[in-house]
Parts: sequence; structure tokens; C-alpha cells
Amino acid sequence: MEFLQSIFVTPFVEIVDSPYFFFEVFFGGLMAGVMYSLVALGFVLIFKASGVFNFSQGVMVLFAALNFVGLLEHGVPIWLAFLITMAIMTALAFAVERLVLRHLVNQEPIILFMATIGLAFFLEGFGETLWGSEIKPLEVGIPNDVWFMGDAMIQQADVFAAVVAGAMVTVLALFFHYTRVGRALRAVADDHQAALSIGIPLNHIWIIVWAVAGVVALVAGILWGSKLGVQFSLSVIALKALPVLILGGFTSIPGAIIGGLIIGAGEKVAEVYWGSVFGGAIEEWFAYIVALVFLFFRPQGLFGDKIIERV
Amino acid sequence: MEFRKMALAAVASAVGLAGIAATAYADQPIPALVYRTGAYAPSGIPLANGYLDYFAMINERDGGVNGVPLAVEECDTGYATDRGVECYDRTKGTGGGATVYSPWSTGITYALIEKATNDKIPILSMGYGRTSAANGKVFPYVFNFPATYWSQATSVVQYIANEAGGLDKLKGMRFAYIYLDHPYGKEPIPTLDVLAEKFGFTYDKYPVPPASMTEQKSIWLQIRKTKPDYAIMWGWGAMNGTAVREASNIRFPMEKFIGNWWSGGNDAVVPAGKGSIGYKSATFHGVGTGFDAYKDVEAMYAAGKGSSADKAEHNNPLWARGFANAAYIVEAIRTAQAKFGNRQISGEEMRWGLENLDLSEERIAEMGMTGYIPPLKITCENHEGDNPAILVQQWKGDKWEIISDWVPAMTEVVAPLIEQDSAQYASENNITPRSCN
Amino acid sequence: MIYREAGVFKTSYDADMALLPIPMDKYFVIAVTLFAVIVVPFISNEYWLGSILVPVLILSIAAIGLNILTGYAGQVSLGTGAFMAAGAYMGYKFVTAFPDVNIIFGILAGGVSSAMIGIVFGAPSLRIKGFYLAVTTLAAQFFLIWLFQKQPWFVNYSISGVPTAPPREIFGILVTGAEASATARYVFVVCFTIALAWIARNLVRGRVGRTWMAIRDMDIAAELIGIRPLQTKLSAFAISSFYCGVAGALWAFCYINTVEPSAFDINRSFQILFMVIVGGLGSILGSFLGAAFIFTLPIFLNNFFGVLGLDVSTATIRHIEFMVFGGLIVFFLIVEPHGLARLWALAKEKLRMWPFPY
Repeated sequence: MEFLQSIFVTPFVEIVDSPYFFFEVFFGGLMAGVMYSLVALGFVLIFKASGVFNFSQGVMVLFAALNFVGLLEHGVPIWLAFLITMAIMTALAFAVERLVLRHLVNQEPIILFMATIGLAFFLEGFGETLWGSEIKPLEVGIPNDVWFMGDAMIQQADVFAAVVAGAMVTVLALFFHYTRVGRALRAVADDHQAALSIGIPLNHIWIIVWAVAGVVALVAGILWGSKLGVQFSLSVIALKALPVLILGGFTSIPGAIIGGLIIGAGEKVAEVYWGSVFGGAIEEWFAYIVALVFLFFRPQGLFGDKIIERV
Repeated sequence: MEFRKMALAAVASAVGLAGIAATAYADQPIPALVYRTGAYAPSGIPLANGYLDYFAMINERDGGVNGVPLAVEECDTGYATDRGVECYDRTKGTGGGATVYSPWSTGITYALIEKATNDKIPILSMGYGRTSAANGKVFPYVFNFPATYWSQATSVVQYIANEAGGLDKLKGMRFAYIYLDHPYGKEPIPTLDVLAEKFGFTYDKYPVPPASMTEQKSIWLQIRKTKPDYAIMWGWGAMNGTAVREASNIRFPMEKFIGNWWSGGNDAVVPAGKGSIGYKSATFHGVGTGFDAYKDVEAMYAAGKGSSADKAEHNNPLWARGFANAAYIVEAIRTAQAKFGNRQISGEEMRWGLENLDLSEERIAEMGMTGYIPPLKITCENHEGDNPAILVQQWKGDKWEIISDWVPAMTEVVAPLIEQDSAQYASENNITPRSCN
Repeated sequence: MIYREAGVFKTSYDADMALLPIPMDKYFVIAVTLFAVIVVPFISNEYWLGSILVPVLILSIAAIGLNILTGYAGQVSLGTGAFMAAGAYMGYKFVTAFPDVNIIFGILAGGVSSAMIGIVFGAPSLRIKGFYLAVTTLAAQFFLIWLFQKQPWFVNYSISGVPTAPPREIFGILVTGAEASATARYVFVVCFTIALAWIARNLVRGRVGRTWMAIRDMDIAAELIGIRPLQTKLSAFAISSFYCGVAGALWAFCYINTVEPSAFDINRSFQILFMVIVGGLGSILGSFLGAAFIFTLPIFLNNFFGVLGLDVSTATIRHIEFMVFGGLIVFFLIVEPHGLARLWALAKEKLRMWPFPY
């Protein structure tokens, strides 16, 4: 009885009691969700265009951030470091296409998935060989103050991240809708074979998509890195992006954003109000269970393409 | 030609795998299970550097311990238990038998306790690993001086009481306990429960799951709401930096935020930048740059020897911890040599050395470590030492500074818990505690 | 010439249905098995037995388990570590609750508990497919590890939370715990491995295995010809989890000697998936080859640079190890996406033709 009450009654009483705090938790969750979305975005881009479930996206975040902070430490100005890192990520996209993807055309999705895990190992070792495993602070002038809305405290850094993410999604959307390359990308995402047959070079598209995912990783890496310092643990945030992916659907960019917001807000609210009932730390699996339950009703995720099966 | 070399090397490494590398030398073999890679590398690198630097300094300055050079062999565990076990198995036979192991990981320590006991090689898990191993009757080969997690928990509470003006002031206080949701982080909870009951304070538990230790927003929002008098943290790896960062984000008063000794490295305070100024943590050795022993290390660096560390790293408490660990080991080797002769000593003789370690104030002064490590005496029953105590250090923005005297642990609280846990262990594993008389 | 399939004439149904119908295969497998059980303990030293062979064999069991699920039934799982943990914790509970029951039953009890948990987490596979399913199995990974850590009941309320594997004997010889000799632990593990591999081989060539493969190749088509997806998928999850559970219990009891959560984290799941893919999907032999390859490669690389005598730091060795490991994985997938088992098949092909390959 007491247990049921602590699940169904007490948390709601607490919410009504201090709405400001609830707002703070909810808003904080949304902002955390934005950060997850940024990582999920990279997954979606690559999956859409090449059907590869790119597990190395998390390590790409680390790798990009390592390069960026490494260049900064050598006295390179921020804008130049950003450009150089973009160039490095593009070169990486070239290398991946040349050395990996090209040879694995038409393989099972699981083989491609495994290849990206291999790639993740390689990048981990490579990045750390270049720049070392020590933790590196990253200061790029992201505001670090707070605002108050009534009693609720709002982190400026979070808002900044949200604005950056929003801007990036807008740019990507414009890019997909109004450029030649963007149209080709959408065509490939729609139907590989048809796109090939009208003369869209698949290999180029892959390079572009991986490069764009690399830039997304760089932005995510800078935002996360300025929060936590650039260190190995950045690569594990990929695990936080996975439930976002299945909730939003592997093939939908808006899905990645909205999925991120739902997961972020949901897990924070659950942890704060219901966590103590279960002994805490439920955040770790909460998102996955939510996604699992959700998939039961919609196996392709919120916005994913409908799965049509034929015999 | 190149290919032949490679092939030869491949064969040789296969032989090495087989463990047949039987080069007999009289050096004192000290395998070092370090982790310079992986998620915990930011903490592991300074630890490993400090550990190696002391041994290198002894070799360089004195030509070894009483003429016996120390042969240190690194093996990278990446902080993973199975790799640690493999490293142990690989290195335990080198050079005529490993002297002592410092696994630098609670998980690896747990996995090695019985193995090492069986192989008669002592383990020095300095301030980590199994707390109840302080009971030397049940754990003859495991040492965890100069202080255990449980002692540390009592010392931290004692420190808070000192600040508040006495143990009676703890009544009605509310603490937040933030910990890694892992056996390591849960270790001090029984002690804190006993203390809470004894002194009348309450504390809220905030576990941080290891897989999402970089995401602690919900915890700190709750702390912001409950406004505890103090926050105590048992963190590790990226969790430390994130916690300090989030604490500064919610404007938690940093001088009320106390980490344990694994939350007190530079990696904890670097990510938050200026926001971390004022953050405190426990330590069981001195911190700073003014110690005499450091001058010898600097001389060694000048000669181009030693680890990849530089002088700047000496202010990192984790470097100092590795350094202190090695110093204890060298002193134990000396103790053992005094009994068994100035030659390579075996694991079993090393155990005797550790068990009869008696560091007086004078000896510490000779080592150039006054104020760096406390006087210490190990006995057969008590492998934690007779004098568990901590210092409290505070981050000043560019360096750590010791801000307290030695805060003694409440041994009367900890001793029964150690007794209870080691008794359970002994009964589960059919061990008859040895007699120490 | 060397390897011959021709000239085998079967005169009875029994011979036709034999596990290994070709005599050369049969003798070879029997020879390897005997060699592994009888000769290896005498010629290997403690390091090889205790630190290489024991973990490789245990991981092979887990890899067979995952191979049943992924390679034969076509359901990708990233929760292998959690099912191993279930086996380890429940095995520990059983062994400490009934100290007088033979340790074999304790380990099997771990496997059975794990199988039941596998059924629960396998249920979504009826609706969720492909990578969506793979990610949802992560729910099992995180939830189970959380549960075992959170509930002190699972570790018998031990204060430290990391219980030690209790020492147990078979025929008066210690086989679990740290005091057990490497040889005893090896023989214990190798017997388990052989038995389980034999069972798995029989399962996959029988009716059950065929329904799994039908579901793998196309589940809707399989359903149309009368295979029930519910039973088939859940049986695959149950049996796969059973294997993983046994492997987890052995890992805790015979290798690392402690029951601790971090031994079964997400990296373990990935490691075993690697073994299955590199070894060969849908091959029992491949599970062994994959386990041996993935487990020993990093250790070999690590030793390799050490023996090379190059003056490189430990960290660099480890980084190179990562790079070479990652690179080799990609390389292998490119040259032989069907895994090491396929290489073995090719080798047999070569031996059959040799020395006249036309």
C-alpha cells in the first residue's frame, strides 16, 4: 500500500507542491535531451543515407573534440581550429568510404555495424596516440551563468547548447531541401537503387554524409567537452543516444530531436520523483524501458519509415 | 630482413606468452598494474607516473634498495578486471617471483585477494579494495594501510563536526551522499548508517550509475532543492569532474562539498574551471611541492630519467599517491632485508616486511617526507595501521592546499564492522583465522 | 587428397544421421577433444591454462549462446553481458543457499534462471525487429546489472557487495575459487564446454534448429509454412540465455573468483558479439575460433610489442593494440565476412583438392 502510494500519489503531490521545481527539472531534462539529440543526429544522418548503423558516432564525438582541443592547446585560434577539425573529419569520411564502406557494399547490416565498432576501436586508439589520454579542459567562451525565472534556475550553457542545436538542425534542413547535394541525399535515402539508376554517385553521397556527421560530432564534442572536459568518457554518451534513436526512429531527423526531448525530460522527472522508490539510479535504464514499451506499439519508432514486410 | 625481424619477434612474443622467459636476475621484480588508457586514464596516468618515479629515483639515487635494483615492469590493465587478472598471471613469475602487487583498482583487488594469498604474494591496496582486509588474521596477504574507506568515512564526518564546532553539532544536520553505483561507492554506507544513528544526522543517497556518470543533472537539482548542509562524494573517473561541474552550476557552496580521496585529483577540478575553487577532498598523504624527496625526483628528471611526468604534475594528489605507495613498498623491502639479508626477497618475505613495517617520525624525515606520510606501524592483526587518519585538501584554482591537521578516524566505530565482514568472509570461504600470538 | 569425403557409404539410417557423418571429421573432432581433455593439462603451464584457455573456453560457451540467437535464429542481441550476469548471480545464490548440492547443479541453476530472464526480455522480439531489437536488448543489459547491484539479496547482504566465489569440490578436488588449481578449473570448464557444444550441435541440426533458421531467413514466410514465431523465438532466447548464464557462472566461479557487476558490462556484450561475427555467424566451430581470436589478440599484441624490445611506453602499446585490433576487425570483415569458420571450410576445400587443384 505504502509502495503504491509512493508511486501514484506522493510524486504528484510533490509536483503540485513546488511547481517551480518541477519546471526546473522538466526544463533541465529537455536541455539534457538536446545534448542527446545532437549525438543521435549523427546516427540518423548516416543511417538514412547508407543504412549503416554507425556505432562509432560516439567515438567520432571524442575524436573531433580531441583534435579541436589539441589544436587549441597548440595556440591555434578557435575559428581556425574549428575549420581544421572540420577538414580532419572530412578526411576521415574519405578514408572510411575508401577503406571500409566501399568494400562492404551489399553486406548484411550486422556486418557493417560490426565494422563501425572496429572503426570505433581504431579511432579511440588513434585519437589517444595523437593527443594523449589526459583530461583536457575546453574553454570556448560558452556562457556559464544562470538566470532565474521565479524560483527556477536556468543554466545559460544549456540554453546556448539548445540554440546551437536548433541552428544546426535548421541549417541541415535547409541544406537538404534547397541544395543539389541535399536533394541527391534525399533521393538516396528514399531508394538506393532508383538513385543509382538516375546517376547519383552513391560513393560521393556517402562521403558527404559521413563528413556532415563528422561536423555534427564536432559540434556535439565541443558542447559536451566544454561541460565535462575532453576525455575518453565522451565516447560513452553514444549509449545515451541509442534510446533516443529507437524512440524517434532511425530514419527521422525530427524524430531524433523530439525523441531526445522526450527521453531527456522523461528520465529526469522519473529519477527525481520516482527514483528514490526504486533505490535511485533508475536513469540508466529508464530511457531504454520507455523506448521498449513504446516500440511495442509502434515498432518503427515515432517518425521512422513504416516497415512493410512482404514474402 | 624487416620481415624476418618481425617473424622473430612474433615467435619470441609467443614464447613470452608461454612464460618461458627465464632470465635469472637478482633484481627485485615489481610488476606494476597500471592503467594509462581507457575511461579512467585521466586518473591512472598520474598514479602510474608517481609510482614509477619513486622506484626510478631509488634506482637512480641509491642504486636500488641496499644495492638490490628494483625491476619495475608495467602491465596495462585499462582498469578492467579480467585484464588485471591476466596481467597478474603473466607477471607473477617474472624475475624469480613478484614482490608485491598494487592493483590500483577495487575490482582487480577483489579478484586477486585469494589468488595472491594462494601464491604467497602480498597485495598492498592502499586506501581501496576490500576494507575488511584490515583484519590481518583473516587476510594475511592483503594490506590496506594507511586508512580504509570506512575509516575515511568516519574521518570526513569528524572533519565536518570539527568545522561545526563539535560532534554534538551534527545532530539534525542533513548530508547528501553522492556515490558511484558500484560496490566501491556503496562501501561506506554501513559506516555512515552507524554514524547517522550515533550522532543524529540524516543523509540522502544519490547513486550515479557508471554508464551515465557524465549525466548528473537530476541529482544536483534534487540537492538544490533539499539544500543539504554538506555534500559528500565517493566518485571515480569522469563522475568527479561532472559532479564538481554540476555543483558549481547550481551554485552549491563548494567549501561544503567534500570528496573522498579518489575524488581529489586534478581531473575532478579541471572541467569546472574557476567554478571548482573551494572544493575539498580527503587525502591520506601530503600534497604540495615542498617535500625534500621531490628534489631528488627533480634531479632525476634533469638527468633525463623517470616517467613522462614533469614537475608540474607533482601538485596532482594522484601523482603523490603513486609516489607514497612506492615509498611504502620500498620501506617494506628494507624491513624485510633487515631480517632476511640484502638480497632479492620473495613474496613471502615481503609479507613479513609489510607486516613489521614501522615508520617512525625520524625514518620519515630521513626519507625526506616529513608531513607527507604519517608515522605508521603495522601489526599481524591490524593491516590498516595503528593510526588511520586523513588530511583535508582544498582546490585553490591552480593547486591543492592542505587545510586541516590529521583528522583521526573513529576506530571504535569501524573495528566492529571490519570484524563482522571479515568473519562472514572467513565462514563463507572456510578460513580459520590465524593466531597472531 | 588429404581430406576425403568420397568413399563413405552409409548402410544404416544411424550412420546417415550421425553427428559427424564423415569419418575424417569424426576422428579429427574426437582427437581434438581427447587432446583438449587429456593432453593439454599436462603440456600447458599454469598461465596458459588459467589465464588463456579457461577464459577462452568460457567465452566460447557464451559465444555459442549468442550464435544460437543471432546466427541461427537471426535475432541480434546486445544484452549478452546481462544474461551472463544473471547466471553468475543466480548461480552464486543457489550455491550459497544449498552448499551441499554439487557445484554442477549450481552452475546449471544459474543457466536456467538466466533462461527464464531471457524469455522475458525476448518477448518484444515478436514485434520489434532488426536494430530496434538490438537496442532494446540493451534495456536488459542496463536493467539487470542495475538490479543485481541494487538488491543486496543477490549478494547475500555482504557489506562489500562483491562476494567471493565459494570454493567447491568435485570428487574431492577443488574446482572453483582461487585455491583450485588451474588444471582442475580447466578440466572442469572443458567438460562443460564439450557437453554444451555437443548439445548445441545437435540442437541446430534438428527440428528446433531448422525452425530457428527458417525464422532467421524470413520470419513471415516461416510463419506461413506453419512455424510458430512465438515458440521459436522464445526458445532461441531461452536456450541462448541458458548458455550465456552458464558461461557467466563459470566466469565468476572459475576465472575471476568474484561475482562483480563490472565483469558483465556492455563491453562484454560487444566482445561476445565480435566473437560471433569474426568467428562466423551460424557456426559452432566459429564460436570457438572467434572466442580464441578476440580474446587472445589484444594479449598477443600487448606481448608482441613488449618482446620486440622497442622502447615504447605502456600507454602507446595499448593504443597501438586498440588501433590494430580495430583495424584487423575491419580487415577481417572485408576479406571474409563469413568469419573464421568460412576460412576453415575453405581450407578443407583446399585439402580435398590438394595437390591437384583442378
